[in-house]
Amino acid sequence: MISYAEITAAVMLVALIVYALTGGADFGGGLWHLLAAGPRAKQQRLLIDSAIAPIWEANHVWLVLIVVLLFVCFPHAFSAASIALHIPLTILLIGIVFRGAGFAFRQYAATRTMRREWSRAFAAASVVTPVFLGVCLGAITDDRVVVRDGISVYGFVTPWLHAFALAVGALALALFALTAAVYLANEAGDAAVANDFRIRAITSGVAVTVAAFSGIALAPDRFRSALLHSLWSWPLQIVTGMVALALFAALLARRFAVARLLVIVQTALILFGWALAQYPLIIAPDLTIDAAAAPARVVRLTLVELLIGSVVLAPSFFYLFRVFKGRSETAD
Amino acid sequence: MGISLAFHIVFAVIGIAMPALMVIAEALWHRGGDVEDYNLAKNWAKGTAVLFAVGAVSGTVLSFELGLLFPRFMDHAGPVIGMPFSLEGFAFFTEAIFLGIYLYGWQRVSRAMHIVSGIIVALSGLASAAFVLVANAWMNVPRGFRIVNGRFIDIDPIAAMNTPFAAHEIVHMVVAAYMATGFAVAGIHAFAILRGSATRFHRRALTISLFFAIPFALVQPLIGDFAGKQVARYQPLKLAAMERLERTEKSASIRIGPIEVPGALSWIAYGDRNAVVRGLREWPGSDWPPPIVRTSFQAMVALGMWMAAVSAYAIVLRLRRRPWTDNRLLLWLLVITAPMGFLAIEFGWIVTEMGRQPWIIYGVMRTAASVTPMRGLAVPFTIFMAIYVLLAVTVISILRSQVRATIEERE
Repeated sequence: MISYAEITAAVMLVALIVYALTGGADFGGGLWHLLAAGPRAKQQRLLIDSAIAPIWEANHVWLVLIVVLLFVCFPHAFSAASIALHIPLTILLIGIVFRGAGFAFRQYAATRTMRREWSRAFAAASVVTPVFLGVCLGAITDDRVVVRDGISVYGFVTPWLHAFALAVGALALALFALTAAVYLANEAGDAAVANDFRIRAITSGVAVTVAAFSGIALAPDRFRSALLHSLWSWPLQIVTGMVALALFAALLARRFAVARLLVIVQTALILFGWALAQYPLIIAPDLTIDAAAAPARVVRLTLVELLIGSVVLAPSFFYLFRVFKGRSETAD
Repeated sequence: MGISLAFHIVFAVIGIAMPALMVIAEALWHRGGDVEDYNLAKNWAKGTAVLFAVGAVSGTVLSFELGLLFPRFMDHAGPVIGMPFSLEGFAFFTEAIFLGIYLYGWQRVSRAMHIVSGIIVALSGLASAAFVLVANAWMNVPRGFRIVNGRFIDIDPIAAMNTPFAAHEIVHMVVAAYMATGFAVAGIHAFAILRGSATRFHRRALTISLFFAIPFALVQPLIGDFAGKQVARYQPLKLAAMERLERTEKSASIRIGPIEVPGALSWIAYGDRNAVVRGLREWPGSDWPPPIVRTSFQAMVALGMWMAAVSAYAIVLRLRRRPWTDNRLLLWLLVITAPMGFLAIEFGWIVTEMGRQPWIIYGVMRTAASVTPMRGLAVPFTIFMAIYVLLAVTVISILRSQVRATIEERE
């Protein structure tokens, strides 16, 4: 029987996937802003700006929603992660501040120097933040986030500074870079700019593959065997692999709208696979979704509230994307 | 945390009130077709964009910091007051979505949809403020749970939201946000006019923002009085700290420097000149809030009174049919008043938050018992402090250049 807590965890997974696909791509945009090069560097940057500007704040709220759900419905997990992962979470926060503020400031900057400096801050933060997001996710998958009586058993560094967490950090960065490049190729009006991002997408696709395989190699045994030897493993692996190959094919064939769909599916599958292998844990090695949960009544009420809230939210979010993204294929 | 909060509040306040001003300007443009109103809505929206971005990121910092700094508080209190926080999440979501449409959608959506987006932004800003204040109210007057052996049981989030402190905190704060922002905007445009840019744009801006601020400034003292009565009823110790009343007194008086008004405190706190007001000494010294509560409280009241007085003066001028924008005295007063609303808000929060000390959940959990075991917290503290200074400097310089642009282009 599926518990309310598990339903809430599933909702959080969906929110995480949406965040990776929207907010994550905004970070990827920041990375490409930093790496804009060649004769069309300026056009690349302009495209990134216009793609991100209207939507990044709304995209960012998915993360806030995840954090809030975590502390309302899984207070023990939130508390444990806050203690053991204090350092990477703080770095993550600093990254979020500079990314958001940097982007807003560079748009409205008064002087050229200020514009340049805040552009740098925006771009650098867009690289740092996803890495630490991945590190935190990697850390709760590994077995060293253990808090007993308010004390972190492995201290404040060991829980997250290890090869596996860093591999997940690299994977997050590569994945965000990939989604951003695919979206940008799709949105570019100019064929040459689209091609720039096509090449970037292919490169980051290779990086995603490398990071994903090193992640699996470095993963703790429990997680790896769940990922590779469960009932669902083979179907999921095969579908993910096929989607990845189809994505490369679509990029080579310049079918950007198809590529966008495929990159969305691929990102969702990667996170979905992670969640399946992690289940029933919320924080490895021993904090399960049910054990970390708030009293059932609170979780139930939150679910009702989520249901009502999404009635307002889903159409609004859809409308936002229709206004700013819907017409781009035909209008440009 | 306190620093983050103090920093965030300014931007949160602007996020609540500025959209209302933009929408009013846009509505006036729709009705009267005055192109200056349109320019005004656009310019105000530009300022809002920058300020909202900073508000959004500093708000995110806060939601994480609750856990990073007070993990044990969140562990216990999270389920009880999570409800308003998650509702706030939704309100913030709606605000961000429609602000995006408002700022970048001038050419992309219909006029009606555009102003509707603005209204949604203003309303959801209001809603998120209300939800966050409910959570704070709960920390002051906790409800909706029982404690058995140090564990929170029988948690009832709805009852928790029903805390008697919510009503006055919401009204007091929202009105404060509107008046602070209204006065700040009026002050900026008054400054532009004094600098010789008495264009219709700035005159119009000043008139709208001042009309907006005045009713709130006038009604605020009454709300403050209601807030004081609620504090007297539920947190008599905080009241004693606000007035620095050492001994319990019947028909207690208010003392400000050498002036003493007999019975005034009893009357203000309980509506009865002869009521007994309990003094600090009724509680053990370890429960006393720090003395800064009193100073801050007096500063807040003084600033509030000043703003009410400036409002009254503006009304007198209006009644005598003297245009506001020609009166140099009023213009100067407005320039001086510009930061006062925000200062008053900061002082007010010091009263609420420091007045609750040493408790994080009043009467239930001590702040010291909730703090993270993480050592070396001075490091992130210093870093965030430096970041906030940097952000503040940048925001100010951006706003300055935006204002300067409107002065220069119209000269």
